Amino acid sequence: MDLSYTPEEEDFRARLRDWLAKTLPDLPPKPSPGDWPGRRAYDLGWQRRLHDAGYADVHWDGTPGVRLIFLEETEKAGAPYVGANFVGLLHAGPTIAAEGTDEQRARWLPPILRGEEVWCQGFSEPEAGSDLAALRTRAWRDGHDYVVSGSKIWTSHAEVADWCELLVRTDPEAPRHRGITWLALPMDTPGITVRPLRTLAGSAEFAEVFLDEVRVPVRNRVGEENDGWRVTMVTLSFERGTAFAGEVVACRRVLAELAVEARENGRWDDPALRRRLGRLNAEFRALWRLTQWNVSAAEASGGVPGAGGSVFKLRYSQARQELYDAAAEVLGPDCLDLDRPWTLDRLSSLSYTIAAGTSQIQHSIIAERVLGLPKGR
Amino acid sequence: MAACRCGAVRAGTGSAGAGRAGGPQWLDRRLWRVLGDLGFFALRVPEADGGVGLGLPEAVLVFEEAGRVLLPGPLIATHLAAGAVPGAATGETVVAAVDGGLVEWLAQADVVLGDATAAVPLRSLDPLTPLHRVPVRVADPVASLLTAAEQLGTATRVCELAAQHARVRQQFGRPIGTFQAVAHLCAGILVRAETARAAVYAAAVTADPADIAAARILADEAAVRGARDCLQVHGGMGFTWESEVHLHLKRAWVRTQRAGGVTESEELLATALTPGAA
Ligand SMILES: Cc1cc2nc3c(=O)[nH]c(=O)nc-3n(C[C@H](O)[C@H](O)[C@H](O)COP(=O)(O)OP(=O)(O)OC[C@H]3O[C@@H](n4cnc5c(N)ncnc54)[C@H](O)[C@@H]3O)c2cc1C
Repeated sequence: MDLSYTPEEEDFRARLRDWLAKTLPDLPPKPSPGDWPGRRAYDLGWQRRLHDAGYADVHWDGTPGVRLIFLEETEKAGAPYVGANFVGLLHAGPTIAAEGTDEQRARWLPPILRGEEVWCQGFSEPEAGSDLAALRTRAWRDGHDYVVSGSKIWTSHAEVADWCELLVRTDPEAPRHRGITWLALPMDTPGITVRPLRTLAGSAEFAEVFLDEVRVPVRNRVGEENDGWRVTMVTLSFERGTAFAGEVVACRRVLAELAVEARENGRWDDPALRRRLGRLNAEFRALWRLTQWNVSAAEASGGVPGAGGSVFKLRYSQARQELYDAAAEVLGPDCLDLDRPWTLDRLSSLSYTIAAGTSQIQHSIIAERVLGLPKGR
Repeated sequence: MAACRCGAVRAGTGSAGAGRAGGPQWLDRRLWRVLGDLGFFALRVPEADGGVGLGLPEAVLVFEEAGRVLLPGPLIATHLAAGAVPGAATGETVVAAVDGGLVEWLAQADVVLGDATAAVPLRSLDPLTPLHRVPVRVADPVASLLTAAEQLGTATRVCELAAQHARVRQQFGRPIGTFQAVAHLCAGILVRAETARAAVYAAAVTADPADIAAARILADEAAVRGARDCLQVHGGMGFTWESEVHLHLKRAWVRTQRAGGVTESEELLATALTPGAA
């Protein structure tokens, strides 16, 4: 395991740190959690600044070291989170980079990097969650278009997205995994209805998306017709393998803040609580090492992360829930106060073991693809 | 690396051996010399002093393998004594040491480091590790890291054993690995082992006390819980003396008692969260 950074990478760190120190103080105030248009503008604005300063494409073109340094330094400095740019930057973009044509890369990647276009992910359906290959949204060819009808659910950021990475069934007769196609859907096409869903945290961060004879040009297809399952696996491996990497640093920051809070409110004197925080420190240090490992391993194997990403996703999502449970213990009765930031974070964290593939599904993937156990039914 | 000795050792201890105070009465000195010849003990002794001249990362890989094959003996104590105690580097001298309130292999060692005057034998739960209790605790971060490496070896081994068994053992007309309850136990073993691996290898490179403490916590957990789950996957077979599984669990338990274990490491990492504050 090589943990050392090259002198060029360390130069990058120094430059980035400087730039962050100069830039962060004059960012506009953060919009409130429920203000989606405001958040879109804020997140895109941040992406644009990164782009103008030459930092936008580190996720795609940087060395593993540069990518890790970027994650470390932006989190440590308290820079804005990718937010609305999550799908575009961390899995739709990388999928197009890996599977798209030159023309498609030229069309879709620069606007993501420049902070001009937001992407969402239209994979899940009411009857196809964990069993994603059961999806039913239909698409049939009509001249130069696909005509799409069906519905998607739990689509994060759908309300503010320009594009959707959409999975459709193009051959209902084929075996389930064969007849699927990956399309880039412009969200302003006629026939699309977005209905926001309220989460248990009170916000409307995801939505139902209804598609009624929506026309999508055939040139928006990434990969071959009916070969979308393979492309989907690429998308999911980015989503599980590397997309959450930066959040480990965020967790470490929260943990340090918790320790300070506990010192201030006297809870630190409780050895059980202290040790619980100490153990979480071990957990997130290890997860950061695992991240370093995964990012380098993905690089070594041609850029697409392997099934080992499920190891990270599973452990990270559980650890982050434990982190906010520990926060509740530090806060005492204040943990019920929605004005304390950790209270909302704790509520959000309940989704981590569900979204991007549940923990049960990650266990099955690890058992089958990493350990080679026979497939269950 | 020496092949798995557990077959031979199992035959040598049997149920009678386990009953005697302090575990096995002998240490395989021939094996010890072989290890010495291979450079196991002299691994980190500088070449100028006749050693192999490698570092902590290499030692961690070697100790991981030792843990994986259940190599018995005061391996870490002798390794740490190489270069300081004559004969330790070559495996001629067996060195035991006081650590975490226990001494492993006290009666069989040629040299004992630390104050073991008040040592009291106990009937060791690990048939392959005789133990004495001592009133003092001594902590050495390198010993803690090498312990973590051994635990990682155990975690890796029990993961292999569990997956192997789940692939072939049939019940209800199909391999038990097709049952999710079993598959998920196995996946859990792997996840803990791989997370521990990342932490242990990183600590080997940085040698930072907080990294070592983190590695130790995760590796102790990966070994102990991994061995328990492995036993569960083996069913009744796992509960027998004949199966190798219990030996891994018992050794993993012994290692958790060495200095730098869970409590100390958690406290160290808690303190590291607010550096500067007393
Ligand atoms: C906050 C949030 C944001 C999301 N964002 C998006 C998005 O932007 N785009 C998108 O496409 N999707 C999104 N999702 C959907 C997410 O991917 C699905 O919720 C998830 O895959 C689970 O599917 P499901 O909800 O249908 O649950 P189900 O599949 O019905 O699962 C219910 C329970 O059964 C268990 N289960 C199901 N099958 C098995 C099995 N074979 N073995 C063992 N256990 C099983 C599951 O683990 C779970 O505990 C989001 C979800 C959340 C919570």
